[in-house]
This record gives sequence, structure tokens and C-alpha cells, in this order.
Amino acid sequence: MGKLLAVTIIIIAIASAVPFILHTWEPPADISTHGGLIDEQMSDTMIEAGVSFLAAQILLGIFIWQFSKKPSDTGKVKTFPGGAKGLVIAAIVLVGVEVLALGAFGSKAWAAVYFTPPAPDAMPVQVQAGQFAFYFRYPGPDGKFGPIHPEMINEGNQNLFGLDPANDVESRDDIVTAEMAIPVNKEVHLLMHAKDVSHSFYVPALRIHQDFVPGLDLSVHFTATKVGQYEIVCSQLCGLGHYNMRAYLKVLSQQDFDDWLKKQQAAQ
Amino acid sequence: MHETSAAPAVVHGPPTTFLSKHVFSLDHKVIGLQYYTLALFAVVVGMVLSWLMRIHLGWTNAAIPGLQALSPNGAPGGVMTPEYYLQLMTMHATIMVFFVLTTAPFAAFGNYFLPIQVGAEDMPFPHFNMMSFWTTFTAFLILVTAFFVPDGPPLAGWTSYAPLSAIGKDAGPGQGTGQVIWAAALGVFCIGQLLGSLNFISTVLDMRTKGMTLSRLPVTCWAWFITSCMGLTAFAVLMPATILLILDHVAGTSFFVPSGLVLNDQLVPHSGGSTLLWQHLFWFFGHPEVYIAIIPGMGIVTHVLITNMRRPMLSMKAILYSMWALAFLSYMVYGHHMFVSGMNPFSSLVFSFPTLMITIPSTVVVLIWIGSLYGSKLRINTASLFALGFISMFVSGGVSGFFLAQPSIDIMLHATYFVVGHFHMVMGVAAMFGIFSGTYFWFPKMTGHMMNETIGRIHFWLTFIGTYCIFMPFHYLGWAGNVRRYAAFTDDFLKPLIPVHQFITIAALFTGAVQLLFLYNLIHSRFRGPAAPANPWEGTSLEWIMPSPPPWNNFGGKDPVVYHDADQYGVKTASGADYIMQNSPEQALATSEGD
Repeated sequence: MGKLLAVTIIIIAIASAVPFILHTWEPPADISTHGGLIDEQMSDTMIEAGVSFLAAQILLGIFIWQFSKKPSDTGKVKTFPGGAKGLVIAAIVLVGVEVLALGAFGSKAWAAVYFTPPAPDAMPVQVQAGQFAFYFRYPGPDGKFGPIHPEMINEGNQNLFGLDPANDVESRDDIVTAEMAIPVNKEVHLLMHAKDVSHSFYVPALRIHQDFVPGLDLSVHFTATKVGQYEIVCSQLCGLGHYNMRAYLKVLSQQDFDDWLKKQQAAQ
Repeated sequence: MHETSAAPAVVHGPPTTFLSKHVFSLDHKVIGLQYYTLALFAVVVGMVLSWLMRIHLGWTNAAIPGLQALSPNGAPGGVMTPEYYLQLMTMHATIMVFFVLTTAPFAAFGNYFLPIQVGAEDMPFPHFNMMSFWTTFTAFLILVTAFFVPDGPPLAGWTSYAPLSAIGKDAGPGQGTGQVIWAAALGVFCIGQLLGSLNFISTVLDMRTKGMTLSRLPVTCWAWFITSCMGLTAFAVLMPATILLILDHVAGTSFFVPSGLVLNDQLVPHSGGSTLLWQHLFWFFGHPEVYIAIIPGMGIVTHVLITNMRRPMLSMKAILYSMWALAFLSYMVYGHHMFVSGMNPFSSLVFSFPTLMITIPSTVVVLIWIGSLYGSKLRINTASLFALGFISMFVSGGVSGFFLAQPSIDIMLHATYFVVGHFHMVMGVAAMFGIFSGTYFWFPKMTGHMMNETIGRIHFWLTFIGTYCIFMPFHYLGWAGNVRRYAAFTDDFLKPLIPVHQFITIAALFTGAVQLLFLYNLIHSRFRGPAAPANPWEGTSLEWIMPSPPPWNNFGGKDPVVYHDADQYGVKTASGADYIMQNSPEQALATSEGD
């Protein structure tokens, strides 16, 4: 039965690796300027993790095969060549170097998203997450967002952002939409506001993932490189409608975006 | 520390009444079995909840027979609502993490075997010990009542992030009374754990018998000791966190709720609190908690393997230092649950380094296990099968940690099924295999009967293959971006993944059904199994010197004297045996190492 276990472990290990090797299930294709670094990090890690995984499972299987006791076996117990010392040094050095390298290189990808400030001419868009929808706001011709008055938020009469155009000049030209559109190849500075509980802004294709934190107004910035329609999904458990909390991100040519924005403005 | 302290003559007298023998027992062995029974009941409940969740995920509109009876609001006509899915999910995770994974490997086996393995008659504070079980049991009862309040259990997950968990019933079904019940149950659970940890620590430090120096302690004792130290510090943070959460619900405080929140077009009447504070408090507990769940299993697997390989580990010191390193580092990594939480992104990088470093002690332990198999005389039985299965599972589950430890990759994998696959394998299944291994290994000692080996092996094979079929595909789903905690998959990019979910559901139901074999084996063997000898596995540690089952005072009033550590396997003896028991004055003639 030891031999059967050995074979089973090895078969399971190889079978588990196959879908990754064959890229059977993949993240959506990257449409961002920073995503290449993330994708490279993921595939480098996959190689290191995959090799470690297969090596450990196969070695486990081989030793179980070889050393399951047969009734006729009366020989002495033998020691792994080099004993514990070699294994401990291998663990510390090999794994230590591997993970330090992963950490060091991965920092570059992280820094590209979080440690570079948005460009001065990045287009600002605000997104508000609330149970169970995303709404978006564009600043309009004055380039400024009017203040949010939480006590004035009223979904019943469509004052989704709690704007007070009567008293706040900047709010008068703000454009509120249920879908997000951005021009291709133009940096966007996304300002994030949580209305009620924690949510998250996750667009796999854009390689962007950031939680909304009630009480903290956070932001991310990115540039989309491919025209198309993509899903923005909530990934932080926010209540019963969490599974359904989605908006569409449209990446448009500059002309199409300008047309879209005009249409949205007219509909305010 | 070389000298051992003399154990007190008598810790408590023999039980005299039915209640003192079987219910309110001071005997650590009875308490251990009570914990085991609680964990067994809890795992059945937790598993049934997982079946309900999986059926719903594979077939969202299916009417599940009997579900409407359990909750007419949650499942009208037997079809699960999205909120009920989340409520069942919250209870599944809470029950499994606390009442199975923290209870069985640590409280059940630890209570039973720690005093025995150190050579003591009992723990030094038997009344605290009894209270720790009944407190834990009370916590379970409190938690279960959440199923039966009008709005049902909370839906915020076992992680229960604020503000969702703090602002009350308007945030969703179960977020009022259910959430408060959840927090109260956990607070009470913490008290039970703290009492238990105090006993474990003082048993190891003060109750060792003559000759049982710290360096001669079996590895399981070290694992339970390390876990208890972690338990004291981790649960001591969870308890106040749950109290603060309850206060936010009932006392008008705002520890976790800032101002300016709007729910159902009404301003939420809280201000001044911090959303992220809950996450810091919870994960400061939560990450050590997962090591609390796995370290006893590592101890059990090491102990079972040494006995079945008929040789010591290549280096027990390496294993022990690694377990201490895991425990120590576990407090420094907790922010890896919060990489994209909105905390300072520089903090994310800082947390990622110890997270990557913690791979090293894990790798040391795995390599020592595998390296020790080389040249051994590996006996295959159900206990050793599960121990070997643990190694495979721990490797599989651990390797996905390479990805999740890196913030840049976490951008893609955070809150996806990749995370769910990772923790189910490395913590859920691996710890379960540790529990199974310990059960098959120690059942003869605890009950005086042998388990059925054939049924045990079938249980192992079907569970090993079944759990891989369930949890390996979770990684593929997560890699493709499948977000977790979704009651249904309605997004365009998720719909093509539904067939994978259906495959997983079938595997889960099948593997769940297989556990009936284990249950049958447990119950049937307890009453009808062949009589067990004192030392069926030819083990060296002190549990094997006593009859099966042991008498109420363990060593019959005579403290054993210890001459060796528990690693005397593969030795040459005058009697021809290949092992020397810890309490035997016999010395090895020479080790029978081949080179």
C-alpha cells in the first residue's frame, strides 16, 4: 500500500499542475500599463512555486515507495545523506534567496501602482460604493467635485452623492453616472468613497484591486490600453447583494468618450 | 532547565458519582474526550453547512429538501436566498475554525495526552480545566442559537469586518441580534481557551515527572506548549475586540464606525471610529490562530511518523526551533490579510517580508519529515497514511502562500477562491488529517479497542483523493479571478466557471459521505472493536506504559521515572526490540543506523 500511496501522490501532484502549465484558466488579458509587471511576477512565482511543489511531492512519493517496510526487511535504518544539516541549510538558503528575490522584484510591481503619484493631467473620476451598486461622478467643465453631504444622500430622489447644487457652485456641473467610461491610453485618477460599509473595486483586466474604507477617502490611478467593456465587481463582503454588485467599465476612444460624457451631462 | 519539579502527590481524588465521572469531571482524560465529542458534533454541523453552500453554488435555483423547515425566511420553498447563503457561510467558517480546528488538535488531544506524556497524574488546575470545557461548550450553544433568532445568524463572514458587523440590523439580515450572539459566543470561547492555555503551560513547566527534562519531552508536548503560549496572546486580543463590537451594537459606542455613513438614506448614528481598527485587532488574533490550528497537528504527525518509521526525525531540534519560529513570526505577518485594505501601502511591503520568511521554518519542517523517511522502516497503517497525507496537503496548501505573500500578486488574488483554496488545504484539510492521524493512533489507548483497519484505509483513500478534487480546483477558479463569498455567479466573466463549481460540489458531497465510514468506525469500534493492548504501535512515550484505557489516576499512584527522550527508535537492544521506552532504564547497545 505504500507504493500505491507513492504513485497516487505523484499522479495527484502532476495532475494538479497540468491546468496551470496548460493555462486552462487564466486571468483576463491585461489592459493596463502597469499590469505587465504584475503578470511577470505571477508567472515567475508560478515557476518557483510549481517547481517546489512538484519536487516536494515527487520526493515524498519516491521515499514512501522506497522505504515502506516490507515484512522481509530486517536491515538497519539509514540516514539521509548529509543528515539534517544539509536540508536545513537548503531550506534557509534556497528558500531564503527565492523569497527575498520574489519580494524584492515584486516590490517594483507594487510601487508602480502605489508609490507613483498620479500624473498632474490625470483625469479625475470619483466612484462611490454603497449597498449594492457603484456610482460614478465626473467633475464637469469646472474640473472640481462638489462636496458630498452625507445627510443629503437620497437614492429615492436620485441624489446619489448627496450634492447640494443650490449652495455648492462646484456641484452644479457634476455628472453622475451608473457606468464608468474612460478614454483609452489616458491616465485616470480614481477617487474612492464608501457610502455605508466596506466594499472593494476589482477590475481583473485592469489589474486594479482596492478596498473602499468608510471614513477614508482613498485613490488609485491607472491607464487602460485597450478599448472594450469590462466588469467592475465588488470583492469585499458587503451584505446580501454582494454577489450582484457590479458596474461596467467602458474604455473608449477619446472621441467616443467625449460623446458619451456629453450624453451623460445632458441627462443630469 | 535541567531539574524537574516533583509532581504533587494527588491532584484530585477518584470520581464517585455519575456526574463527577462523566459530566463535571476533573479528569483531564474525560475532559479531552468531551472536547473531542464537541469537535465531532461541530464538524458534522460545519460539514452539512458546507454541503448546503456547495449545492447552492452549483445549482443556484435548486430547492433543497428540508431547508425551508430550518429557515422559512432564508429558504422559501427550499431555495436559498443570497443572504442565507452568507449566513450559512459565516456559521460554517466560525464553527470549523473555533470548534473543530482549535478544539480537536489542541484541546481534545492535548487535554488527554499532555499530562500523560509528561508523566503527571493530571493538570495542576483541574477545576479550571473542567471550566474551560464547559465554557467552550457554552460558547458553542450560544453560537448555535443564532440559527434560531428571527433574523438568523450574521452574514458578515467569520472575519466579520466593520462597519458591516458593527452598525446593526439595517446592514442586512442577521446583523442585529445574530451578530451580537456571534460576538458573545466568541468572547466566551476566548475565556475557555485562556483557561485551557494556563493549564497546558503550567503542566509542561511544573508537572513533569522525575527524569522528564524539557529536552526529553515528546514533540507533541512541545507543540501543545507552543500553541498554548500563542493562545494566551492571541485570544487575549480577540476577546476585547468582540466586547468592543458588542458595545458598538448595544451601548452606542463607535469603536469601528466613522461618521458620515448612510444606510437606507439615513445617516448612521455613529462617529469617531475606525473601520481598519477591527481588521488590525482581528488579524492580530487571526493569523496566530491559524498556526494554533496547525501546530498541534504538526506535533501529532511528527509523533505518529517517528513511531511508524521506527527511527527518530533527522533533527528534532530543527523541528522544534521551526515550530517556535512559526509561532514567533505569526505575529508579524498579520497585515498580509490587509494588503489592499487601505492601510498604508508601505505597511503592505513591510508585512510581506516576514510572510515570505515564514516559508523557511515551514520548509525546514517539511524537508526534515521527508528526509527522515529516507532509510526508514515505514509502517503503513491508517494513522501513518493520514500523517503522510498531511505532509502532501501541507505542501500543496503552503505553496499557494508564495503567491499570496506578495502584495503585487495579491492585487489579482485577494478575495478570490485562490485564498479559499489556500486556507482550506493548508489549515482545513491538513489539520483534519492531523486529527484523523491522532484518532487512529490514540483510539486504542483512549478506548481499549482497536479501530477497524480496513475501513480506516478506505476512509483515508477516498478522503485523500476527494479533498484534492474539492480544493485544488479552488486555485484554478481564483487564478481566473473568481471572487469569493458570492452567493451566485452572475458576472459575465464568472458564468463560464460554473461547471467547475459543479464538479467541486459533487466531489464535496461524495467526500462528505465518506466521512460516515469514519463515524461508523469510531462508534462500532468503541463498543465492538477487538481489545487493544497497552502498546499496539510499539511506541516509546509514556502513554504506552499504561493500560488501555488508562485508570483515573493514569500511573496508578506511582509516578513513572524517565530515562530517555521519546526518540529511542531504530536502536539495538539486549531484548531484540528496536525501541526503548522512555521509562525503561535499559540503554541502547548501539544505534542500528546503517552508515
